[in-house]
Parts: sequence; C-alpha cells; structure tokens
Amino acid sequence: MGVTDDQITHLEDKATQIREDIIKMLLEAGSGHSAGSLGTADIFTTLYFHVMKHDPKNPEWEERDRFVLSNGHICPVLYATLAEAGYFPVEELMTLRKLGSRLQGHPHRGSVPGLEASGGPLAQGISVAVGMAVAGRINGKKSRVYCMVGDGEMDEGQVWEAILFAGKNKLRNFTLIIDRNNIQIDGFTENVMPLEPLKDKLAAFGFHVIEVGGHDIRTLIEAFDEARDVFEKPTVLLAHTIPGKGVDFMEFKPEWHGKPPNKEEAKKALRELDELRTLGGKITCEHE
Amino acid sequence: MSKKLNQKLHLAKNIFTGPDQVPQRNGYGEGVVEAGKKNENVVVLCCDLTESTRSAEFVETFPERFVEMGISEQNMAGIAAGMAFSGKIPYISSYAVFSPGRNWDQTRVSICYSMANVKIMGAHAGISVGPDGATHQALEDIAITRCLPNMTVIVPCDYFEAKRAAIAISEINGPVYMRFGREKVPVITTEKTPFKIGRAETYTEGKDVAIIACGSLVYEALVAAEELAKDGVDCKVINSHTVKPIDRKTIIKAAEETGAVVTAEEHQVHGGLGSAVAEVLAQECPVPVEYVAVMDRFGESGQPDELMKKFGLSADGIKTAVKKVLKRKN
Repeated sequence: MGVTDDQITHLEDKATQIREDIIKMLLEAGSGHSAGSLGTADIFTTLYFHVMKHDPKNPEWEERDRFVLSNGHICPVLYATLAEAGYFPVEELMTLRKLGSRLQGHPHRGSVPGLEASGGPLAQGISVAVGMAVAGRINGKKSRVYCMVGDGEMDEGQVWEAILFAGKNKLRNFTLIIDRNNIQIDGFTENVMPLEPLKDKLAAFGFHVIEVGGHDIRTLIEAFDEARDVFEKPTVLLAHTIPGKGVDFMEFKPEWHGKPPNKEEAKKALRELDELRTLGGKITCEHE
Repeated sequence: MSKKLNQKLHLAKNIFTGPDQVPQRNGYGEGVVEAGKKNENVVVLCCDLTESTRSAEFVETFPERFVEMGISEQNMAGIAAGMAFSGKIPYISSYAVFSPGRNWDQTRVSICYSMANVKIMGAHAGISVGPDGATHQALEDIAITRCLPNMTVIVPCDYFEAKRAAIAISEINGPVYMRFGREKVPVITTEKTPFKIGRAETYTEGKDVAIIACGSLVYEALVAAEELAKDGVDCKVINSHTVKPIDRKTIIKAAEETGAVVTAEEHQVHGGLGSAVAEVLAQECPVPVEYVAVMDRFGESGQPDELMKKFGLSADGIKTAVKKVLKRKN
C-alpha cells in the first residue's frame, strides 16, 4: 500500500504541530522532559495518524489497537498526540502537571480517554502491553498492541522478563518500539550501562528486529507494515532517534533529558519549528 | 465445651474435639476453579509454582486460560494488569514473599494506581512455612498491601473460608490481596458459614476481652477462649478475615462491650491486623490492646509447630496476651 507524498507532508506537519504543543506545554508546566518528547514526535504521529486502528470518539472500542508508553516520563508527546487526535481538547495541554489537572506528570490510566496504562516507574508499561497482547490473543481479537520503551529503560530487568515472555509466546500482535536515542540521565547509554549489541540481543530473544530511522515517516510506516506482516514472532523497531529533534540547541544534549525550556528558549524553539513547517519561511499564509 | 459458638455461623462441630486438617491453599485452588466456571474471564497466572500454590487444578481444568510466567513476579503483575485492562480477571499466584513482596512497585502502579482487576494470591505466607527459613517466610505482606489505595486484603482462616473468598473476590472489581499458608490447619468453618468481604464474624460472645484474629490464629483464639473460660475469663472471639477494608463497626462494638482487645496474626506486629485494629480503636474507642504477632524480627528455620510455639503464635501466646491486657484494664 503506497503512501502519497501529500500524505507524508501532512503527517510531517502534524509532527511539527505536536512538537510545538510539547514546547508550549513544557514552558507552561515549568518542569518535564523535553528531549525524549521531541525525539519521538515522528513515531507518535506515524502511529496515531496513520498506523493504528483507533477511534477518538469511541476510546473503549474493543477492536482498537492499543499503545502503551512504558517510558512514561515523555508523556508530553503522548498527551499532545492524543489531544491532536481528538481525545480531549488541545487547550487542556496547558494544564500539564498542575494541581487538579487530568494530565499528571506521569501517565495515569483513567485520567484522559485514550490513555491505556499508567507508567513512569520504568519497565512497567512493557509488561502491561504484553498482557494486553496475551488477552487479545485469548479473546480472539485481531487488534495489535504497540509499546514504546526508552533505551535507558532497558537497564531494567523487567524489560527483559517481558521480552523473554513475548518471544516464548510468539506474540505476533505485539510491536515494541525502542526509542534508541543513546542518552539517559547520567550520560550516554553505552557509558552508563552498555546495551550493544542490542539488535543481536533482541533477535536472540525471539523478536523480528527492524532497525529504522526514527524521523523518516515513510520508513517508519514501512517498518510498521512489515511488523504486521510477520506472523511467527513479535517485532521490535529499533528506532534511532535524535533526542530533542526539531530544536537545534536541544538535539543530542543529555542535559535536555529532564528539563523544560525557559521563556527565551521556548521562543527560540518555536521559531525553529515554525521555520520547519514553512520550509524556511518560503510558505506563508499571511497575505501581502 | 464451655463456650457457645455463634449458631448462625454454622461452624464446624468438631472444632474442640479434633477438627479436620486441610491447608488454606487447597481452598484457593478449588475456589478459583469454581470462579472460573462461573466467569469465563477468570484466568490464572503463576510463576513456576503451580503445584505448591494449588493453581494446578485450574491449569488442568482450563489450560487455555492459564499463563505460565516462569520465575518473573514483576512481569507477572504487569501482564496481569494488561490482561485486566482487556476484560480478564487474572489471579496471580506465587509465594507471598515474591508476590506481593518482590513485585510491590508493579502492584502499586500497574495494579492499584490503575485500578486493575487483579487478584494477588500469596502462598506460603507466615512463619509456618517452616524449614525454608526467614527468606521464605512472608511476615510483611499484609503491611505492604494494606497501605495501598484501592487494595482489598483478605486473610482466610481455613480451607472453606479460602474457597469462599477465592470465589467472592472474582465478583468485586478491583485489586485484591489474599494470603494463605502452606501447612494443614484446622477447618473451623463449613460450606454453610457465611462469608462477606469486609464483614468480620463474631464466633463467640464474651464480656471480658475481645480477641480479634485472622488466618490460622482464629482457631488458636477459639482454643484460648475455651481454656480461659475455665479460669472464668469470658472472651469474645472475632474472625477479621478482611484486614482491609477493616470492619470498623464490629471492632468498635467489641471494644465498647469488653474494654480490652487482643489481636492475633501470623505477621509482623507492625503494619498488620493489629495495627489496623489499633488505628480504629485509637480514634474511636481507646482501650488497652495487646498484640500476638512476630515482634519486629525475622523468622528462622524449624518445624512449623516449633516455630509457632517459639514465636508465641499459639493459644498459649494468646492466653498470655489476654492476661496481660486484663491487668491493664481498669
């Protein structure tokens, strides 16, 4: 099934919109995780606006595909995506991390429609997602379960318990996405706790492994299509992403893992994103 | 027998003459099969311990509804939550030291915070696990589950109660922790004995002191009450099988009527049934309380009966506590 250039452009615009939302909500919140949220915006866009079968008007639809965010700290991107998809008003994004808000600092199942699992304490989400895939199989459903984990998160033993289990049970309805951005709080993953050779490890645990660039939407779509076509095992997308992607001064910087932009930085970031959207100012909707 | 048992409860007739001896875990094993027959959404997960947790009967009856987890308690808690979010009612079984011990974080976030309809079955709880020693003797499990919002905590006294509870918990929505021991213990209830989650049952009336117990200590409490009656001490005995939500009304009434309370459980003194009872009484009806429990120390290897005796988790231990609390009573 081919994807047209127009469709890709539309999806790229959506990703930029989500990045703008992320900058604005993090500025307003005054705390939160910038790098991973921006770095995965293309993956979220691809999933929620092209790949996944879901219905924002009927969030409990039994046949829906499910997505679980295991690295819950990057929930700004999940909230922005859910809002842009129509699960709740976009304006509500500005309540992130505030008293009385539905948008908790880390995801809370039951808070907003479309949010499938609580998460934050790392590795919990992947087990929950695998549980959904097992239940889906027992229930005879055709729906798929997608789950994102961070690469630093893979230090946790529970991640490997879940991977071992999914491999054993040949959960072909389960697709794992590893946000391979190579950073974690104390620095680069290969210094903190080396994961390589990650591809070999995942294959050895019984997964079909697809290495993919995490920002090329067309390639991402192809990878998710391939995952759906693999019948004998679960698939993992080892998605190489740039932390802070889209905002030049944040890219590849571990220090942006867990902090929000200040007012000046947010202004600069939004200007950059706007240029991305308008192809360097070449496209404008303002009349002369 | 000098104490009159509450007739409405249809308790076993041979309690004081030689009760049947059956492990509580057998009740779980049969109860979860019944629950599975009633509701096709009931599934069982187990961490490589199907025989000793007594999940095995379910595995045989509903093989397609059983999930073998291998030795991975943390993963089991999460997978159960995910299954619950897809309409299943998972019972997860392992030894209590591992589940909810090792997977407490997952129990807290994936299950309780998310209001997942998961039933945690903690086997081999208490010091009576015996020769395996302190590592395998869960004495903190009530404390670490009782403090979690949304959680219900049940400690059945015997085989029939475990069976009734295993069925009843499938009918309520939300996380439940139920613990049971390894050893055979006296069967004091019958198929006719009423069981309602959250309602403590008064087994014998008495005016001098109330003994509030759970698990296998309920039988010990009855024996202690019977022996104390010969010394002229009139004991009320209450089975508080649900530790959370605790039956405040029954506990307050007992304290008001007797003016002295002894709690008894196979658990650390800090955080278990005794603490739950004291929390209620401190607020509503402060009376002297004595605790029969493990006194802030780890267990050790030994035969179950030797350990129960050494740690005072026995009718004798309860009698000593009753005498102590009576001295403090005005």
